[in-house]
Amino acid sequence: MSISTIRCQGIGKRYRIGPRQRYRALRDTLADALRAPFHQLRRALRSQPAGEVRGPEFLWALKGINLEVQQGEVLGIIGRNGAGKSTLLKILSRITAPTEGQAEIRGRTGALLDVGIGFHPELSGRENIYLNGAILGMTKREIERRFEEIVEFSECGRFLDMPVKHYSSGMYMRLAFAVAAHLDTEILFVDEVLAVGDAPFQKKCLGKISDAAHQGRTVLFVSHSLVAVEGLCSRAICLHEGKIVMEGPPGVVTSRYLQNWIPASTEVIYDSVESAPGNEVIRLRRACVRPLNGSPADRITVRTPFVVEFEYWKLVAQASLELGVNVYDEHGTHLFQTWWPGDRPVPAGLLRSWFVVPGDLLNTGTHRIHLGVYLGAAAEPFTLQDLLVFEVQDASDLRGLYHGDWLGAVRPNLQWTTEQIETPPGPATAGNRTLP
Amino acid sequence: MNKSSDEKPVGSAPPLIIRGSKSPWNLSLRELWQYRELVYFLTWRDIKVRYKQTVLGVAWAVVQPLFIALTLSVFLGKLAKVPSEGIPYPVFAYTAMVPWQLFAHALTEAGNSLVANDRLITKVYFPRLAIPMSAVLAGFVDFVIAFFVLIPFLALYRIVPTARVLTLPLFVLLTALIGFGAGLWLSALNVQYRDVRYTIGFLVQLWFLATPVAYPTSVVPERWRAWYGLNPMVGIIDGFRWSLLGSGEAPGGLLAVSVVAIALILGSGLYYFRRMEATFADVI
Repeated sequence: MSISTIRCQGIGKRYRIGPRQRYRALRDTLADALRAPFHQLRRALRSQPAGEVRGPEFLWALKGINLEVQQGEVLGIIGRNGAGKSTLLKILSRITAPTEGQAEIRGRTGALLDVGIGFHPELSGRENIYLNGAILGMTKREIERRFEEIVEFSECGRFLDMPVKHYSSGMYMRLAFAVAAHLDTEILFVDEVLAVGDAPFQKKCLGKISDAAHQGRTVLFVSHSLVAVEGLCSRAICLHEGKIVMEGPPGVVTSRYLQNWIPASTEVIYDSVESAPGNEVIRLRRACVRPLNGSPADRITVRTPFVVEFEYWKLVAQASLELGVNVYDEHGTHLFQTWWPGDRPVPAGLLRSWFVVPGDLLNTGTHRIHLGVYLGAAAEPFTLQDLLVFEVQDASDLRGLYHGDWLGAVRPNLQWTTEQIETPPGPATAGNRTLP
Repeated sequence: MNKSSDEKPVGSAPPLIIRGSKSPWNLSLRELWQYRELVYFLTWRDIKVRYKQTVLGVAWAVVQPLFIALTLSVFLGKLAKVPSEGIPYPVFAYTAMVPWQLFAHALTEAGNSLVANDRLITKVYFPRLAIPMSAVLAGFVDFVIAFFVLIPFLALYRIVPTARVLTLPLFVLLTALIGFGAGLWLSALNVQYRDVRYTIGFLVQLWFLATPVAYPTSVVPERWRAWYGLNPMVGIIDGFRWSLLGSGEAPGGLLAVSVVAIALILGSGLYYFRRMEATFADVI
């Protein structure tokens, strides 16, 4: 007999968005009454478009979610950023309350939405294990019982009494995950925490999650890594704009997700400042990826050098600006990162920034570009995930004798050299010789 | 399904219902009790971390009230000749500084506690009351240390406490409760309005001046006393001195007013905190 451990009925979550800051200063509230008459004038002086709405706007991050999860199921949740995946986990783990609907949960829950929550840099590894364990909901006895296991899993045994501020980031992450991995609740909510550590450690972490599934525990797993979802989950759902749009076996859901929900978008254009992503300092106008000397509609092959280009309005002259671009392949592997450092003042106005990625670098497949915008103290940084999505196609002139898939995250075209270092015993030849 | 024997079968307990609105009248004290170990660990963390990498370490717990009491003694006691109800001014001032520090610490730390622990609030669930509560509890370490310094102080001036000292725990408890109650208001407001952070230091200063730490209550004209007692720290500080030094009158009407004020602040603080709790993770 299977029992529904989780049953969601019409769950919805509404967030307040809009031009307002996320939190207000008390003086804003006090000054609102005074400011109202001057507001029009100030807006005119700043020459902001009059269309700007000041009142709160609402966004349904989740709407009408009906979901049943049986005991022992490992449910993968995929979807683009902002699709509501994390919000769903936060509601089920009671971090935030739903605006409407209700959920029923049977069993003890544990949420792993981040690693090292509550870790304090001044405390030792040992102390942080206790603290973090308690924050995740473990009792002191549970932590004591599993202490040795946690330490062994973390591979940090020698540094246990050292403050974690002296740990390398890898050690820190391993210790943090080790505590989380030993959380023994009947239901686990896991969000992307696997994206930590080196490859062997990631494997170990994935193993831990599949162990949980084999013990009959229920796992809800949010991930960008489709490979991990396919490998671990027994069922998957795909969220899009706050709704469940697909549900089924993980392999089917992920491949349809790739086809339908990550269409190639080699160019995005925002016509008006108000609707463009950004904030009071910067608004994006256009982003594109195109072959060098080509247009966004032209194809990019593994050989083609290509340009990644951003056009944006900078509304405040004084604000410093840094742009960070992260490039991922279709497996979710983070290929590289590049920065435009904000060490020079940037004038206000319509600006364009771009860089060229050389040919013979990326492998074939779908690539995704995330843009991070950092504005120093002027405003909150923000990230636009999957802003550009483009396909790198194969170039037939490179195949040589090989016809299968080219393995690896990158595909540099490297020059091989083979030379003869020593001649076999026999008639003497004229020293080292490079073979043609 | 394979399950180990020590696990309870799923479904034996009534399911947990997650809904939008929770009643702010329900304090869920039972749940808070289930999370008592977390309160303990958070308190322990605050205590451990506070004096890490400081030269004086826990001596800070004594240095602050002591130096304020000494400064007050020189300028107010000696030079301005502020009365001290027949008690040597340094003892008079330091005795009041000990509960005052407990209160000021509770108010400041609890008030900033939610914002300081924003990652905890956005990434994991537990009863949020645990955060300001542990911030208040951590202040007791400083209090105990400062209190023990009081003993040689009393010996120096040959003051022997009477049986009244048995009422002292009551005043300590009231101090913690008013600090907690006001701290709840500030912490929840702080999430919503970030300038509360700057208000807290200012508030503590004002409150200090309106509390009989540096001067006795007797300087306040009789007809204003009842209003004065609305500041709950008045009744507490007077009671603290009365129970330890035997100065002033036995706490009566003034303390009653203070207790009512404490009940109001604590009750409304709990209500406001519970009402805002659901939005903490979204707003912080």
